[in-house]
Amino acid sequence: MPELTAGQSINKALSLILEKNQTAFLAGEDIGIYGGAFGVTEGLLEEFGSERIKDTPISEDVIAGLAVGASMTGSRPIVEMQFSDFIVNAMDPIVNQAAKLHFMYGGAVNVPIVIRGASGAGTGAAAQHSQSLESWFCHVPGLKVVTPSNAQNAYDLLLSSFVDPNPVIFMEHKLIYKVKENVTLNPIPKDSSYLGNASVAQEGTDLTVVSYSNMVNVVKEAVAMKELQNHSIEIVDLQTVSPIDFETIKNSLIKTKKLLVCQEAPSNSSVGTTVVSEVVESDLFNVLETAPKLVSGLHSPMPSAKHLESTVIPQKEDILNAIQDML
Amino acid sequence: MTLKLDKRLELHRMMMLIRLFEEALEEMFSRGLLHGTMHLSIGQEASATGACLALDKEDLITSTHRGHGHCLGKGADPFKMFAELLGREDGYCRGRGGSMHIADLSNGNLGANGIVAGSLTISVGAALSFQMQKKDNIVLCFFGDGAVNEGSFHEALNLASLWDLPVLFLCENNQYGMSMASDKAVAGESIASRGNSYGIESIQIDGNDVEAVFESVTNFKNEILSSNRPKFIEAVTYRYRGHSKSDRNLYRTSDEIEYWKEEKDPIKRYIGKLIESGVTEEKLKEIDEGVKELIRDSVKKALDSPMSPVTNLEEDSYA
Repeated sequence: MPELTAGQSINKALSLILEKNQTAFLAGEDIGIYGGAFGVTEGLLEEFGSERIKDTPISEDVIAGLAVGASMTGSRPIVEMQFSDFIVNAMDPIVNQAAKLHFMYGGAVNVPIVIRGASGAGTGAAAQHSQSLESWFCHVPGLKVVTPSNAQNAYDLLLSSFVDPNPVIFMEHKLIYKVKENVTLNPIPKDSSYLGNASVAQEGTDLTVVSYSNMVNVVKEAVAMKELQNHSIEIVDLQTVSPIDFETIKNSLIKTKKLLVCQEAPSNSSVGTTVVSEVVESDLFNVLETAPKLVSGLHSPMPSAKHLESTVIPQKEDILNAIQDML
Repeated sequence: MTLKLDKRLELHRMMMLIRLFEEALEEMFSRGLLHGTMHLSIGQEASATGACLALDKEDLITSTHRGHGHCLGKGADPFKMFAELLGREDGYCRGRGGSMHIADLSNGNLGANGIVAGSLTISVGAALSFQMQKKDNIVLCFFGDGAVNEGSFHEALNLASLWDLPVLFLCENNQYGMSMASDKAVAGESIASRGNSYGIESIQIDGNDVEAVFESVTNFKNEILSSNRPKFIEAVTYRYRGHSKSDRNLYRTSDEIEYWKEEKDPIKRYIGKLIESGVTEEKLKEIDEGVKELIRDSVKKALDSPMSPVTNLEEDSYA
């Protein structure tokens, strides 16, 4: 079992996909000789050649659009947006084309594409290279949105995203590129049923924290603080934020009766608000012992300076305070 | 290029089919039978016909919001098109697409598109599949003059040229992007010159001369397959009707519209040419009657066919 960062485990998944599927190819900016802006595609050009590892000009619109056209004609593209902020330049092919063609053409076509990008803050990359835009895509029927939190689920979720017959937005938080863990290199699954499943990252009985992407790791740090050593906190890692696995959230809340949601993104129209609204609209409302709480990033562009950046992103102390308020 | 009589009559028949199909739609719209709007290509039949009939079934097209002609040209069944506009289960998209989103994969039509320039990058991806699969086919990408000022137009041409993709870009310049005259919207020498600026051989042709379109597309298709280079055609044409059903034609004169109808109409011009070359009026009448009958039967069959049932539309959003 190799010890890998999420960047390295994604690299292993891409390599396996390219080896097993001759119709699969990668396209994106600087993914070839440079190895990807974050090194995720390192070595793939040497292994698979320039016909399948396609370096593109800086043209996000056509990168996403070519994926749509290629996927409709028997190819299996996995394309990279580099920093996921640049996906904004590709909104038409993703939102108006990829997401809608299957429905709009009466089911006559599928658009099986994976669009990867590095998301999130914490690296001092400032406002245009640090966003968490996943909820934009959750709002669009036809797309699936996947947000791994560690090297193992990044590997497994990418394989499932590739197998899925729908367009998948795959958001890789930059900070998970830096953490190593032991990764089981599973084979490509037969179906994509792993998507849409949350995982219980830590079991507990006193309170449920629902989170996703790198914020799961911040939640784990908060829960491990000595102030909480006498409490039993359950952590639900959504893994896929569209669709959301409400069943796992429900089962957890029946046990803990308290809901805290933590996310790096701002709260307005977000994954977190969706989770809270779904819970309070359901029968679970009567089960809850206290009002649900949402800890989110500030509604502000991401500042560059470290002390300002950490003001915008929820810190483990913020999460600790919220948990203590609720217990 | 001298075309055989059969081919010439086929060109005439297809232009008639497109025109009568759209005139039938207009009539159905005025009778209140159609929900929604539509974009008619009446006056532009030569570019759709000449281009599509120069392709093989395995060649692909991408189409536009003004795409009925492209769809019929590529071999679609008018019954299934009428059924689509009427929201019937037998429609190409089971009533989910309507006028603007008909796709007919069985005949190589990757679909009409409601976003101006929306299909340019899709055509590049489809051409990449052909290249990777080593197929001897091309993708013909239809778009209008309105598309050439969108960023995706430029990204698509640049990549198609860099990667030697088998795409034939075909701009149907009907001279207006909704109300915006193309001479007020397009900087530089011409639309065709934009293709040249990306190293793509580009020509401007009379888009209302069906044989000129047929010959240009035939030649360029052969050159794309032999040289592995994309090509670009600007076909100058004109639409008689408004942009959509809500258009009051405030941006152009009735004299201008009349001039194109009287002097430049693609069907009228081609009939003149056919008769000059010895085709009898009886022969043309026979063809036209056949088309009328097909349209009548298709409309009736579509009106008699069942409405699309209300299914779980949220589930239908995903494959």
